[in-house]
Amino acid sequence: MKIEGKKLIWKEYQKEIATDDYFYARSCIRQNFFPGSEKAFTRILKDELGKNLYDSQHHTSCTGIGYHTDVVPFETTMTVVARQFSLMQEAGYSNYIASCITSFGLYTEIIETWKHFPETLEKTREYLFKATGREFSIPNNLAHASDIIYKFRNEIAAKAKFRLVDKETGCPLKVVEHIGCHYSKMFPHKGVGGAEFPYVLTGMIEAWGGEVVDYPERRHCCGFGFRQYAIQANRGFSISCSRKKFESMAPYEPDMIITNCPGCPMFLDRWQYALSEMEGQTYGKNGNGIPVFTYEEVAGLVLGYDPWDLGLQVHQVPAEPLLDKIGIPYNPENKFKGANGEDLGQPDAPNFLKFYKE
Amino acid sequence: MNKQVAIIGAGIAGLEAASILDSMGFKVTLVEKAEHTGGHIQNWHQLFPDRRNATEVAQGIISKPLANVSTEFNREVTSIQPFAEKFIISAKDGWVFNADAVLITTGFELFDAKRKEEYGYGIYDHVITSAELETLFKKENGVTLRIGRTPSRIGLVHCVGSRDEKIGNIFCSKVCCVTAVKQAIELKELYPECEIYCLYMDLRMSGRHYEELYKQAQEEYSIQFIRGRLSEAAEDKSGKIIVKVEDTLLGRPLKMTMDMLVLMTGMVASAQTASICSSAGIQKDSDGFFKASDPHLYGNITGIPGIFLAGTCSGPKTISDTLSDARSAALAVQSYLSAEANN
Amino acid sequence: MNEKKLAFGYTVSKDRQIDFDEASLELYNKVCAAEPSIRLCISCGTCAATCSAAKFSDFSLRKLILQVRRGITKGLQAEVSKCMLCGKCQLACPRGVSTRALIMQINMNLQKTGK
Ligand code: SF4
Ligand code: SF4
Ligand code: SF4
Repeated sequence: MKIEGKKLIWKEYQKEIATDDYFYARSCIRQNFFPGSEKAFTRILKDELGKNLYDSQHHTSCTGIGYHTDVVPFETTMTVVARQFSLMQEAGYSNYIASCITSFGLYTEIIETWKHFPETLEKTREYLFKATGREFSIPNNLAHASDIIYKFRNEIAAKAKFRLVDKETGCPLKVVEHIGCHYSKMFPHKGVGGAEFPYVLTGMIEAWGGEVVDYPERRHCCGFGFRQYAIQANRGFSISCSRKKFESMAPYEPDMIITNCPGCPMFLDRWQYALSEMEGQTYGKNGNGIPVFTYEEVAGLVLGYDPWDLGLQVHQVPAEPLLDKIGIPYNPENKFKGANGEDLGQPDAPNFLKFYKE
Repeated sequence: MNKQVAIIGAGIAGLEAASILDSMGFKVTLVEKAEHTGGHIQNWHQLFPDRRNATEVAQGIISKPLANVSTEFNREVTSIQPFAEKFIISAKDGWVFNADAVLITTGFELFDAKRKEEYGYGIYDHVITSAELETLFKKENGVTLRIGRTPSRIGLVHCVGSRDEKIGNIFCSKVCCVTAVKQAIELKELYPECEIYCLYMDLRMSGRHYEELYKQAQEEYSIQFIRGRLSEAAEDKSGKIIVKVEDTLLGRPLKMTMDMLVLMTGMVASAQTASICSSAGIQKDSDGFFKASDPHLYGNITGIPGIFLAGTCSGPKTISDTLSDARSAALAVQSYLSAEANN
Repeated sequence: MNEKKLAFGYTVSKDRQIDFDEASLELYNKVCAAEPSIRLCISCGTCAATCSAAKFSDFSLRKLILQVRRGITKGLQAEVSKCMLCGKCQLACPRGVSTRALIMQINMNLQKTGK
């Protein structure tokens, strides 16, 4: 493998990312899936990097899941998205950050649609005005939240308390990066590094001391697939996609997986549990899984945030072996305590996947 | 008075036309961007469909008499300007030249396989191009040395950079299907135990004896053909290449691991085509190659009298087609210049 | 350990991909040795278009040959048995594949290995 070849491709796909003054639109599902991630993002941007970030309370779901499951028509989706942009304008911002990859892909698709079909843009303006009396402008700069962390990866590295290295051996950790399909598969030039060899997470991993694992099924979808996971009977499809990836990455013995989409960490994490229960199969060493993280969680860990503040206790594949390997301290007793120290109770231990109780 | 003809490009089309125009008594100047004449054929080992030694054919062309032909090397022509019944030819290095007629034989460039990012050329060590395979054939043990072991499975990927709107080339390069079959046979001769697969969309065996070569590849060399365009290549832990195609005739996706993957890179118009077209006022075709004023009746003639085309500068051609085209262009130049003389 | 396994109302889907690295070409190689003309097949489908059996079942000689080539042997015995050995295919094949001999070879080898 020649890294120079990848560098040539990375050079081809550079995107402009605004440096400050952001309007932040959270994801409708991430706060349930990975409750500490968006909090970590706002904390990093405001406290660590001193950026001006407007955390909007009024925006809604982008309807992405409804759109992709054929429940919401594109016209409605465009109008809802136009309302988000209107909120941005109202707050006095023009740099829009989407926390969600589905949203980011959808916003990109909609803005491109408007560019090529101005009459559709006019129709959307009309719908939004009729429905809400609002007007809107298209963001000057649209970024996914991972683009922002990517942009400031070196600043984060400079403040890092931990690096993605094995504290015993000093060797870089082996990291699988998994990019949300809608980050750049539809519009390769809108993603850092393009679609075939995306650089957005690789850049973070390199900056924070890890080593990227390039495994054969790295392009394969995590299995989210909207229609596939939404219906119970179809979930076999979804889990099989994740399984294909695990089978392909396992021989490389990765220490962790980093993702940038709401769906990917959800499925790569939860399906490892489900597969362990269905097939008795685990993909890490000694009955452990391969822990899965959002990039915000990893940025937070690197910056020395408390693992339980980052929400790692809701992961189904326990993060403890990785924390130990890096040497990140944590108090097992606090694992299942709420923010106010109240005991939230412990989940049942899985049958196969190794479990770490307090 | 001897009229001056400038031939832009001293590949096989330029050389062939030069020798004919020379024998007709014209003053001919060959303008070549490289340090030597001959072009792509120099890098080839054997030619399809008869496996003729490429050097022998190149020699045959190069050794044709060029009594009054002068050659300018290292001159990359960027503009041809019509001026008072003559043409001013300028090269990148500032060199300027006048001629009564110009024959463009700038040929093709090989598609840059790095642009098919999903195939990993330039990233994965054992993904190479068909042109590179030819140079490996020229060296004894070249292929083994390249991959560091005797190969047990090799794949040849058709249509790389051709028939692909994704990278902007909709056209077929014409020569790569038969080249793949020829190279597959050569590989099998080198490594009789090696499995060889051609991954193709259509097999375009359009020339004389090509279909026979294909049949021979199946019958005598056990080359296997899988109808399906390569979707992606990846490297496994040991550096082998994993390919994904659909076996479209079975309707199922297929995955296999190869020791080496050879990309049949197609032809694209040479880089200077656009600037020559705009300076000379001649047309570029939708595929990026030069456009003849009437591709049926006058394939060598451009929209500007006195500027002619020959060879692959006006679209993919085989060697024999290129040579015939060059000869016909020489006649077109002659008939133009003698009509001029009579005026 | 088995009884502990949970059911969630869905199952892992079987991978449809032909994993050629795992495929055994044993049958193909045997057939090829006995009837080398199998190599000549270009999957044109002339045989299947004229085939007596193909009119009344989903049998396709073109597909059968391809399956043998790709090392897919599952269910092949049942497929081959649909052939009526009438020889129409042989009459039609533009590549001179000795189709009847081929079918008999496939059948014989499948019976030997009991697949
Ligand atoms: S000759 Fe064959 S390989 Fe080349 S572009 Fe045409 S179809 Fe593709
Ligand atoms: S011999 Fe068998 S395969 Fe051939 S035409 Fe007859 S029934 Fe069909
Ligand atoms: S007719 Fe002959 S070449 Fe065509 S698919 Fe049948 S066996 Fe193959």
